[in-house]
Amino acid sequence: MSRILRYLVLFLGALLFVFPFYYMLISSFQSEPQTTLGSVLPSGGFTLDNYAAINSRVDLIQSLVNSGIFTGGVLLGTVVFGVLAGYALARLHFRGQGTLFASMLLVQIVPFQLLIIPIYVMVVRTYGLADSYLGMIVPFAINSTAVFIFRQFFLSLPEELFSAARLDGASEIRILWSIALPLVRPALVTATLLTFIGPWNEFLWPFLVTKDADMQPLAVSLANYISNVAGRAANPYGAILAGAVVLSAPAVALFTAFQRHFTASDLGSGVKG
Amino acid sequence: MTQTTQTKVRGKPPRARSRSRLAALVGRQPIGIALAAPYALFLVAVFAYPLVLAVWISFHDYFFAAPGVEVERPFVGLENYRTVLGDPDVQQSFLNVAEFLLINVPLTVVLSLVLAAGLNGAIRGRTFLRLSYFAPYVTASVALVAVWLFMFSQDGMVNELLGPLAPDPSWLVNSALAMPVIALFVTWKQLGFFVLLYLAALQGVPKELYESAASDGAGRLGAFWHVTVPGVRAATTLVLILSTITGANLFTEPYLLTNGGGPNGASSSPVLVMYQKGIEQGNPDTAAAIGVVLVIGVLLISLAHKKLVERD
Repeated sequence: MSRILRYLVLFLGALLFVFPFYYMLISSFQSEPQTTLGSVLPSGGFTLDNYAAINSRVDLIQSLVNSGIFTGGVLLGTVVFGVLAGYALARLHFRGQGTLFASMLLVQIVPFQLLIIPIYVMVVRTYGLADSYLGMIVPFAINSTAVFIFRQFFLSLPEELFSAARLDGASEIRILWSIALPLVRPALVTATLLTFIGPWNEFLWPFLVTKDADMQPLAVSLANYISNVAGRAANPYGAILAGAVVLSAPAVALFTAFQRHFTASDLGSGVKG
Repeated sequence: MTQTTQTKVRGKPPRARSRSRLAALVGRQPIGIALAAPYALFLVAVFAYPLVLAVWISFHDYFFAAPGVEVERPFVGLENYRTVLGDPDVQQSFLNVAEFLLINVPLTVVLSLVLAAGLNGAIRGRTFLRLSYFAPYVTASVALVAVWLFMFSQDGMVNELLGPLAPDPSWLVNSALAMPVIALFVTWKQLGFFVLLYLAALQGVPKELYESAASDGAGRLGAFWHVTVPGVRAATTLVLILSTITGANLFTEPYLLTNGGGPNGASSSPVLVMYQKGIEQGNPDTAAAIGVVLVIGVLLISLAHKKLVERD
């Protein structure tokens, strides 16, 4: 009895989570998305018109390229500098280590959004980086949660591994590159996935720094389309939903492909620390 | 750490001693400084300095000027704070966030713990379930808002389903319902992440506790209440703090879902007001003051959650 109840709750819950995605997908392929209950089932008339419509208003390819550069820059910064910092925090003893660790934790409590005014002043007004990839990337360049995950994974490796390598005269860079890094590959995947969804989905910051439509990531250009067209077009939802499918597909696909790397235990070592 | 190294090597030859003095200054492995330097600089540039700048701006009559132009920005004391706290738009936005948190936080804690407890252990379709719960979390708010706009619009599917029970005015243009819909949206979007946090925490609850609870005659519900809930207390603190932070950050949803915090500011949020006042209307000083108030609020609420959950 309780077993059946458990399955019922879990699967009904899952249905609530998946349904909007399903609805988004099928509606994006209907020539005129209907809102009647019958529209939950595809009513024939499969069409790609909505995708053509959104592409004529928002340059999808250019927007995707912008999203890709923004996300790629953040990933590069996080993987390179985040791994170095995570390794140093976990395995080396140096002056300022405690302060750096405490700051890393504090950053995760005081969120970026609350600092947008000073960061906007710095990036856009002081350094004139509006409408540039650099201006988009800089505030996100190293993901602190990823640094934390790296640290936890490096910390979980046995100390003998490192002392033996040091006795053999290996430099820290060499130890990191050829011993530690190959052992924490799962952490790399987890941290990369987690970092990916930040810039790919981010709206507020790129919205503030990009006024030029050719520089806008897809989240921004789609949002602008939604807020400009809302209420004006007769049935704007077909095109909006088609854009939403394009925006969500990469993130959902990546997580589906790598979902086994994103388990409780992978994150757990990052959480329990 | 460096203290103990120093005492240990006392009495060693001078060379070792000078090395230990160096170690006391830069640490045993100074290369760590070099490896961590880029990240440390990054934190200074996009966190510490902006935090100081935010406070500085909030105490001055600050306005935007072209790069490189020298302008006078006189110190005005608490005037920006007085303006902000007396502004009905700002007050409204803080009340809205309070309403948001009252709906979102309890719902998030209860639902994510129940779903995590359900998912824990052997269960068929686990991968599918996990992916489903996680899908909204990994998807852009902008894309999800698009579907919710469609579903909750005047003649959208939800109203179609409710028939005569549909609220009038409709969800997103109804001042009593706009904020609850946003709170539900965010709960739905973030829940997968919190389920994952609780799943991780559940691995740390000893199995023996369940066995002894069962031998004491506790039912499943009793075991959940007396073993699971206290067992994941640390995770609960984290969930409370993180969901509060999410609430304090609210921007995309009121901006897009309710068309700029409408109707009439009934679903505005402090970050949205910061954007409108600071960047649209060009008053970064008062906007920075809102940011400072929010940072203090988030830190206080986080501390309170921590004290509340871990009081014994």
